[in-house]
Amino acid sequence: MTFIKKTLASSIAIAAATALAATTAQAEISDGEVRIGYLADMSGTYRDLAGPGGLEALRMAVEDFGGSVNGAPIEIFSADDRNSADVGANTVREWVDTRNVDMVAGMVASSVTIAVTNVLKENDKLGIVSGSAASSITNEHCSPNHIHWVYDTYPLANGTAWAVVQQGGDTWFMLTADYAFGHALEGDVTRVVEESGGEVVGGVRHPFPTDDFSSYILQAQGSGAKVIGLANAGADTVNAINTASQFGVVEAGQQLAGLLVFLNDVHAMGLETTQGLLLTTGWYWDMDEEARAWAERYYERMERMPTMVQAGVYSSTMHYLQAVEATGSDDTATVRKYMMEQPINDFFARNGRLREDGRMVHDMYLAQVKSPADSTGEWDLYEILATIPAEEAYRPLSESQCNLVQN
Amino acid sequence: MMMIFGVPLAVFMGQLMLGLINGAFYALLSLGLAVIFGLLKIVNFAHGAMYMLGAFATLLGMRYLGINYWAALLLAPLVVGLFGMVIERLMLRRIGHLDHLYGLLLTFGLALIFEGTLVNFFGVSGARYPTPEALQGGFQTGFMFLPVYRAWVLLAALVVCLGTWFIIERTRLGAYLRAGTENPALMQSFGVNVPLLITLTYGFGVALAAFAGVLAAPLYPVSPTMGSNLLIVVFAVVVIGGMGSILGAILTGLGMGLIEGLTKVYYPEAANTVIFLVMILVLMLRPAGLFGKEA
Repeated sequence: MTFIKKTLASSIAIAAATALAATTAQAEISDGEVRIGYLADMSGTYRDLAGPGGLEALRMAVEDFGGSVNGAPIEIFSADDRNSADVGANTVREWVDTRNVDMVAGMVASSVTIAVTNVLKENDKLGIVSGSAASSITNEHCSPNHIHWVYDTYPLANGTAWAVVQQGGDTWFMLTADYAFGHALEGDVTRVVEESGGEVVGGVRHPFPTDDFSSYILQAQGSGAKVIGLANAGADTVNAINTASQFGVVEAGQQLAGLLVFLNDVHAMGLETTQGLLLTTGWYWDMDEEARAWAERYYERMERMPTMVQAGVYSSTMHYLQAVEATGSDDTATVRKYMMEQPINDFFARNGRLREDGRMVHDMYLAQVKSPADSTGEWDLYEILATIPAEEAYRPLSESQCNLVQN
Repeated sequence: MMMIFGVPLAVFMGQLMLGLINGAFYALLSLGLAVIFGLLKIVNFAHGAMYMLGAFATLLGMRYLGINYWAALLLAPLVVGLFGMVIERLMLRRIGHLDHLYGLLLTFGLALIFEGTLVNFFGVSGARYPTPEALQGGFQTGFMFLPVYRAWVLLAALVVCLGTWFIIERTRLGAYLRAGTENPALMQSFGVNVPLLITLTYGFGVALAAFAGVLAAPLYPVSPTMGSNLLIVVFAVVVIGGMGSILGAILTGLGMGLIEGLTKVYYPEAANTVIFLVMILVLMLRPAGLFGKEA
């Protein structure tokens, strides 16, 4: 009897000790290092909106933080996902297996992001998505292991599509990139257009990526719609807008609505082609003093002004590192919980808050591309027309399909 | 309004026109490939890069040297052609006696190097090249708004294609060329400098790609990846036409442009793949290609 008691007592003691060890392990930084992997398109269609510039922003954040958290050095590594879901997921799996990565930053093409977040969830690591657009990332694809920082298709549609319909553009023809992001944006735009009293009269889904848009532009011209909505991004949007200008779309009385337009796109196309274009953005380098100050530091290193994605990489990494410092841990659940508790207000995010579905909601901006006459410099490209308050910009939690949200 | 399979006639005709214009690009590029393969037996995977270099030469020439479009139309193919000749002389010649695969790998590697280097300097967003003043605007045809520049591309490409075909198939120089590749030793004994002929031919094929690059500069963003996107399609065109057939390359190029254009109307999702479907069909039914001689 005593023997059994003894054994029982000692096994309880062992179990308790193990449990205690587990809790202390959680409140530590694994391997004594904070490891951040930066995954993005470094060479393809989406290179210039995130790419090497995003990696530089990440480095800036780590440098500004002092290079270490509570004495634990911060290590950065990066890889090119080549816009391939397979390449992205395999890279992250390798980072988990061989480098014990703590946080994955960057992430651009939505299809890659969705694949990567599955790997992160299986291995209980954290991902902070800055580049992707699909609102489904924190809706049906939400998980406790990732956060979506900069923008998504919901506010893009809410801002731009709503504003265009208000101006009288009530019949739309959609040019949609034929993959997850394009479909998500097309869906969000259709909803907003219809809710605002407009109608989507037609559309075409083009392969991703596409160089030659002449055929699709001709179809859009033939549709008779007042507005041609571009549910694509990066080089595809640039090509579509250029082609539309060659075919005299605007002169013939149709309007273009670029639903996801980045600063580098406008810069590449020039103001002559893009002037007057309405767009929604999560951040603009010249929007106020704080933003300008950061952007100028970035400019000194990259000789380009940062896009909202690059600024978002810095902002999200800072918030992450602060959470690691405060909790003394790089455990995903611990860090994410702390990040949710802290309001986010920095040079990038205003009235920012991380929701339980992983969506970081913050003020968004409706902007218009300046005319060449109004622009005072190479990067003086946008005029901010209106601020869309954080709580109105994003999909309300009451409509969420995310299983982390109690509805 | 008259309809063709549910599409208004005007839209249909417009798409045919655009298909023909794209086809003109395919024809120019596949022609260069066919000349190089037909006469030199080199599978030139650097062809897309040469097209891209032609566009970049045009852009940078304007930016830094003030060379206008019309001068670039001559100078860019010349400069890129000379560059091609240097590559032929220094590298391709050394592996001429080996299997075709080595030439393919070498030119593919070169293409990656050119592309990567330019991505490093210029990014991938691409830069705009303005449409030359004389070719701006467009005219309202019965069925579509046709930009003047696109009509010019079609015309210029057709003239150059037919000119090339004429030189190779109908002139004495062309006869030398064909004989020199058929039996170099015999030609050499007649006093013809065959190695020089080969270098010139490679340079010429490359110059054709660069010429297409100049034509493309005002149409598409000039970016380092513009060539690799096109190259695979152009190879498919060459395979369909029959490797090495000059006329085959031209006609197939135009034809594939048309087929692709129609696919964009009826089933746009397949626009990027339809040419490869045709390629598979042709390889199954006529392995030597539509215009190739059965081996």
